[in-house]
Amino acid sequence: MPKVTYIEFNGQEHTVEVEKGLSIMEGAVQNNVPGIDADCGGSCACATCHVYVDEDWKDKLPEQSDAEKDMLDFAFETKANSRLSCQIFLEDETLNGIVVRLPEKQG
Amino acid sequence: MIKTDALIIGAGPVGLFAVFELGILGLNAHVVDNLDKAGGQCIELYPDKPIYDIPAVPECTGESLTKNLLKQIEPFKTSFHFNQRVNSVIKNKDHWIVETSDNIKFETPNVIIAGGVGSFEPRKPPIQGIEKFESKNLFYSVKNKNNFANQNVCIFGGGDSALDWAVELSKIAKKIYLVHRRDDFRAAQHTVDQMKEIAKTGKIEILTNFQPKNFLGTDVIEKVVIENNDKTIKEINVDSVLAFFGLKMELGPILNWGLNLDKKTIVVNTENFETNEKGIFAIGDICTYPGKLKLILCGFHEAALAAQECFRRARPDEKYVFRFTTSSSDIHKRLGVK
Repeated sequence: MPKVTYIEFNGQEHTVEVEKGLSIMEGAVQNNVPGIDADCGGSCACATCHVYVDEDWKDKLPEQSDAEKDMLDFAFETKANSRLSCQIFLEDETLNGIVVRLPEKQG
Repeated sequence: MIKTDALIIGAGPVGLFAVFELGILGLNAHVVDNLDKAGGQCIELYPDKPIYDIPAVPECTGESLTKNLLKQIEPFKTSFHFNQRVNSVIKNKDHWIVETSDNIKFETPNVIIAGGVGSFEPRKPPIQGIEKFESKNLFYSVKNKNNFANQNVCIFGGGDSALDWAVELSKIAKKIYLVHRRDDFRAAQHTVDQMKEIAKTGKIEILTNFQPKNFLGTDVIEKVVIENNDKTIKEINVDSVLAFFGLKMELGPILNWGLNLDKKTIVVNTENFETNEKGIFAIGDICTYPGKLKLILCGFHEAALAAQECFRRARPDEKYVFRFTTSSSDIHKRLGVK
């Protein structure tokens, strides 16, 4: 199973194994990683699963959809490496070991 | 003071179906919602997205689901109180006194919280200490556009609200600064074109790839500091600021009503979805219990069961009789079936 490391705003790290097919958001929610709210439950409609993806991984990610770009307008303090974690799926081992940092707050 | 058999907080699908379940038992209800129309998340977040798990409805949208629920409760002529949220729920013997942010007061034996993930509130710019500017010259909506006449107005956002107001206010303001974090706009294409056309005259200055950095001023915002993606800073002198960063959901005052909570949800029993307070129920996404699923269909079930207990509390002297809508003449009368 692909491993994902979530780093909270305060520096606390959580490395968890996430079942293939799930999103990075779902991996956080299922493993009780704090800092990802996911109010809308993964329908790319609320911008409360915002993460910063570590530079090393940026190029391996799927392209952002227009819906995700639109939704990111609502996220708190977006940067060039901002993504909505409900839109990044761990389909295979490509993203095994990915590191995402959580913003100070969601929304 | 409005007396009612039940006060429903939230006009989403589950709140609307609660109206129906109460209605066929002969109970009336008032509904309060912070948005300006019924539908809740279904309308605000995903009006066009498909829903596939409503029993006997293979596919529908949030919008069509809402429309059909409103049609289903038409016979009950329900009163809706939009654009306001419930601020307080205070016990008065067996009843509850409920007050909204527009100072409407209700007395009711039953409060049904069908509030989803909370009330929709404007999302604020990520700058500390801006509360002191709110309702002075920092706004999240336009109440009276004439207040912006001859002003330098800084508008944040890239959606319909931001661009509609940029175009509209450019007719009366001195100058509009439209600040957005990227080059693409979410607003309707014709509004984007319109705004770009006006920008040629200098009435609107479009500043893309900028984000708010700081608002300066002692009493009111005098200067807006924005930062470009390449970290360059720009300062704008303003008379007022409009921020359109969309809506977010907050539990808000519900936190203060003495209800048992689990994270952002309210703990209920599964017999009638009552909370730890008699006569306060929570149904839909906002409630939790062992096995809870955040599905619209589960919310409908919860509404039906809560309504039975609401009946017992609202009509303590009447005997409760379970009836089917197919065969009950009482229910037919209430539904206006001839």
